[in-house]
Amino acid sequence: MAEVSLPSPQQGRLQGRLGALAFSLSTSWSGISSAGLENGELVVRTTRDQLLPLMTYLRDAPHCRFEQMMDVCGVDYPSRVERFEVVYNLLSVTHNQRIRVIITTDETAPVASVAGLWPSACWWERECYDLFGVQFSGNPDMRRILTDDGFEGFPLRKDFPLTGYEEVRYDVERREVVKEPVSLVQDFRNFDFVSPWEGMMTLPGDEKAHEVRQHIKRSRG
Amino acid sequence: MTDPDRNTVLREADNILRTDIPESLLPTQQVEARERKTLEIDSHALNFGPQHPSAHGVLRLVLEMEGELVARTVPHIGLLHRGTEKLIEYKTYQKALPYFDRLDYVSPMCEEQAFALATEKLLGIEAPERARWLRVLFAEITRVLNHILNITALGLDCGAVTPALWGYEEREKLLEFYEAASGARFHANYVRPGGVARDIPAGLEEKIGLWAKEFPAWIDELENLLTENRIWKQRTVGIGVFTAEQALAWGFSGPCLRASGVPWDLRRTQPYDNYHKVTFNVPVARHGDCYDRYLVRIAEMRESVSIIEQCLDQIRPGPVKVQDPKFSPPPRAEMKRSMEALIHHFKLFSEGYHVPPGATYTAVESPKGEFGVYLVADGSNRPYRCKIRPTGFAHLQALDEMTRRSMLADMVAVLGSLDLVFGEVDR
Repeated sequence: MAEVSLPSPQQGRLQGRLGALAFSLSTSWSGISSAGLENGELVVRTTRDQLLPLMTYLRDAPHCRFEQMMDVCGVDYPSRVERFEVVYNLLSVTHNQRIRVIITTDETAPVASVAGLWPSACWWERECYDLFGVQFSGNPDMRRILTDDGFEGFPLRKDFPLTGYEEVRYDVERREVVKEPVSLVQDFRNFDFVSPWEGMMTLPGDEKAHEVRQHIKRSRG
Repeated sequence: MTDPDRNTVLREADNILRTDIPESLLPTQQVEARERKTLEIDSHALNFGPQHPSAHGVLRLVLEMEGELVARTVPHIGLLHRGTEKLIEYKTYQKALPYFDRLDYVSPMCEEQAFALATEKLLGIEAPERARWLRVLFAEITRVLNHILNITALGLDCGAVTPALWGYEEREKLLEFYEAASGARFHANYVRPGGVARDIPAGLEEKIGLWAKEFPAWIDELENLLTENRIWKQRTVGIGVFTAEQALAWGFSGPCLRASGVPWDLRRTQPYDNYHKVTFNVPVARHGDCYDRYLVRIAEMRESVSIIEQCLDQIRPGPVKVQDPKFSPPPRAEMKRSMEALIHHFKLFSEGYHVPPGATYTAVESPKGEFGVYLVADGSNRPYRCKIRPTGFAHLQALDEMTRRSMLADMVAVLGSLDLVFGEVDR
């Protein structure tokens, strides 16, 4: 068995402090839909219009002091009404704590930019726009950042194929780089691994035999 | 030549055929007879890279110049964008791991460690003691590897060639340790969720111990070349100054943040693996210039050697991966005789393990700074989303702020001191 060490007193104190912070945030802010510890990390879900005031508070309040915007990223859930999550990971160097603020949006609804609070957010938001097409209002430099010149579409959306739509090669005769539609020599293979190995301990119609096996296993161990 | 009239009047037909002869070589009248044109060329925009030895990879900077002063820097990145995050969404957790070697190819094992820790956190498993020591050991070897390359490359950018020649020789010794442990010099794929790939071969601990005894002398030699060198100090002291407030606001981490006077090291403040069992100093400098970033890296190498020695003292024999066949492959010999082991092996390498739904942001102190992985699992065998938080991305973004009104030549020094690797910045 994997040896699992108990949380140290230091970790315990951190958990307590984060829990208290989650409680104070959820009671004092109206727009917060949930705040709590997930996997030992403080996660706050809020709405788009509450984002800027909340972020300003998190940066400036003496018991928060999240001076650093470590990361902004998007997550795509195509089946949801507001398909994108925008995830902000903040770090407080003063209090040695982290917080994750999550808001949702769709393709058109703009998210208020936090680049005015943390200048480092500018590029993170550009990246999120580039890869997901999330609109940020108030960002001073809303250009694409990682993808190629003239790239179309938003590659990290779940409905964007892994192979993309265009491929680029150097044409010797025309002496230039040309873009062509992707042509695969072999079909793209995407296996699903739905199998009864794990998670599905009892096969349909096999319940009785399975119980017997479990019993044998128990009597042995 | 002898006829004095020959040069006095220039007729149309006399015009020489070649027009690209420099003016200094033309007869005087010919120069004067030429039609004078006044062209206004915008010489204030300068392209730096993408193929430039000081760009440390593929970086294109568009510099707006005022004479020799840089007025504005516009970095263009993404030339090495390979869609790592998208590819990872289509791979099992095990197959996603080697992509991390290819991000920051100067410090591969630290990136692997971040992904392994994130996966372990979601799985709820923990690597055994020996594996954690091995991870710390190789993370520190990686740190030395990275800092040697950075310092010597910065020296090369500033005109000091010798450190680079010496540094590569020293790096080679460390890469041999990499090779002995993982089989590969760079793309190690050694740190895995649930432990490490395999135990280190017999005798390697002693070899690393011998190296750790000799290495501080090498750092002294390197410092003899650079630290008090007048040219080196002229090129780095007071160049690219960044205050603590600026560094925090721009999301700095690692040596760049500590050089600005913020005592922050994730190994100390949020220890992972076995960093809470070793003692080490966190070097901090005050001025936030290129020279301080250099000094911090030099001091960190000495601390790394001390951590490596402590690791070797405390490491004990034992298992190096989680003793659960659902997460770590069975030994080869067992597969030859046990049917169950064979099935486990097959399922592990075709289907992989399923990670329960959840999300985590796990960060490690990579040699460059905070390297984070935001991993979202949906209960399947593949990550739903894996966001990689590269360190250099934040550092490069601040380049404009750091080099405003500085000389063009200092741009190269600042770029070198930020320790950028574009495999990581562009992903």
